[in-house]
Amino acid sequence: MSGALVAAVLADPARAATLTPDQWNALIAAARAEQLIGSVATRLEGMPVPVARLLSDARASAEQGRVAALWEAEAARRALAPLGVLIVLLKGTAFVAAGLDAGRGRAIGDLDILVPREALDAVETALLTAGWEWVKPDPYDDAYYRRWMHELPPLIHRTRDRMIDVHHTILPPTARPTPDAALLIADAVPLGNGLSVLCPEDMVVHAAAHLFADGDLQGGLRNLWDIDRLVREFTDADPDFCLSVMERAAWHQLGPAVARALRLARRIYGTPLKEYDWPARIRFAPRRSDALFARRLLARDGWGRLRHKGTEFGFYVRSHWLRMPPAMLARHLWKKFRKK
Amino acid sequence: MRYATMLRIGPVGFRIGSDWRGPIDQLRDLYRDFPQPADGIVDFNVRLFAARPWRRFVRPSVMIGGDFTIPDAAPLPLAQGVLAAEMGMNLQMALAQRRYLLLHASAVERDGRALLMTGESGAGKSTLAALLMTRGWRLMGDEFALLDPATGHIHAFPRLVSLKNEAIGVMERAASGGRFGPLLAGTPKGDIRHLVPDAAAIAAMDRAVAPALLLFPTFGQASDVRVVEPAETFVRLTQASTNYVAMGERGFDALTGLVARLPVRAIDYPDTDTALALVERLWGELT
Repeated sequence: MSGALVAAVLADPARAATLTPDQWNALIAAARAEQLIGSVATRLEGMPVPVARLLSDARASAEQGRVAALWEAEAARRALAPLGVLIVLLKGTAFVAAGLDAGRGRAIGDLDILVPREALDAVETALLTAGWEWVKPDPYDDAYYRRWMHELPPLIHRTRDRMIDVHHTILPPTARPTPDAALLIADAVPLGNGLSVLCPEDMVVHAAAHLFADGDLQGGLRNLWDIDRLVREFTDADPDFCLSVMERAAWHQLGPAVARALRLARRIYGTPLKEYDWPARIRFAPRRSDALFARRLLARDGWGRLRHKGTEFGFYVRSHWLRMPPAMLARHLWKKFRKK
Repeated sequence: MRYATMLRIGPVGFRIGSDWRGPIDQLRDLYRDFPQPADGIVDFNVRLFAARPWRRFVRPSVMIGGDFTIPDAAPLPLAQGVLAAEMGMNLQMALAQRRYLLLHASAVERDGRALLMTGESGAGKSTLAALLMTRGWRLMGDEFALLDPATGHIHAFPRLVSLKNEAIGVMERAASGGRFGPLLAGTPKGDIRHLVPDAAAIAAMDRAVAPALLLFPTFGQASDVRVVEPAETFVRLTQASTNYVAMGERGFDALTGLVARLPVRAIDYPDTDTALALVERLWGELT
């Protein structure tokens, strides 16, 4: 599968020297489909490859995306400044705002922020006043978000046409693990410009939670690349980062999700992981089920299409199973079915 | 994909894959004089596919996909497969071209300088460009003009000329020796027939040239010429560009640079002969 080729080139850019034209076409199509073309372009910068011009366009595009994402974050800061609440940037915008490796070449779509739950109503009002509008007019969806989700229904800015997701924690309250949202906010790191980012451990925990405890692995190869970059950069600064991230994960009830994310990052991107016997026994031995996750993550073919439809559907079902208790899931699917 | 072909239009290479043989055969035939992408590596991929496996055979309808897609693209009947491929290629350009500022304009060249024509759909920019092609101008493109931010030059994108409705008959008469695609009746935009750019257009498609004149043609009015001020031109061109916002500062610099140095006229014309005479007159007044 060409998804594997994307991963191989990201992990080892020297692989690019051996590619045939067909492999280049497949790599580019799959990387675009996984929103990883900017990351590939960043990794191959300066190498004498036949697609240098295309990759340079991709880097310019990612750079423009970075500027636009930071501007969007600043717009939210200005809108929320009078409230005096802590604004924690999440995901791509956080990576570029903090100048992390994970942000280099990364595609950034929506602006994701985390605010204290008690500030949610005030934040919503302030954003609506400042030009953001509801995206989902459906009353069921709206009510569902408000009652059961970890974020407000998505808002879009009237003139800039950019979405904002306002989170109050990192997993839906209906999911089985309950991360410590107060701790996420208490330990957030201020950037000095009125915005904050999660502390390094929580960044990895959040990326893993998003990947393995919530969604259906759509775009998972990109999220796993984030995790690889984050772990490598934070391990350079603190050789025992793996230990502290696993301790942190346990506190957020996300130990299994984070362990799976680290195992798969090592499997797919060769992320170096350190194992421990003390103060806790931490091993990253491969599990048999990891193969199934890898199959889903690497399922792009040379035209950027998803293969293994059965696996894809299986993970779609799993994402709903993880997100809600069975009776609620049945009610939710029934409502959605009736509306079709 | 089951069937595939590659082609290059100006500086842009495409790979087009299809679940059916028909559209690929037609593309190969219509684009047979075009070069292949450099090094066999393309800029964009387009996919023509069946929504469900059995829809390859039962009431076959062509979904348009590719590296970049919009969620609500409507499928086309298999008989309009070439149109689907053309729309797929246009979509890649409109959504993801980042090397050039994309102007929704036709372009023709004479004496090493380009004439650009832009306007709303139906203004006649395709037809006028195709007619000028039959009168010794080099066709650079009937849909997109590619403005290079680094040089200020226009790169050609001479894809198949897309003739709609009345323009089909006009060009069948004016370019009787030309190569035409099949008549596609009843498309979402009415009747469409493609015209292959002539040999001169294909041979010179890698030659970028400086723009010399921009026209905003309007069909159906009494003959008239009006000077368009730079501020109005700038705003109209931001609306005529699909990637102006995405290009950021580079796009702004390229567009303000273009507007600052380019003479611009709005021309109204009741018929194509009048339009062609106006074009020749304005072009002659340039030097």
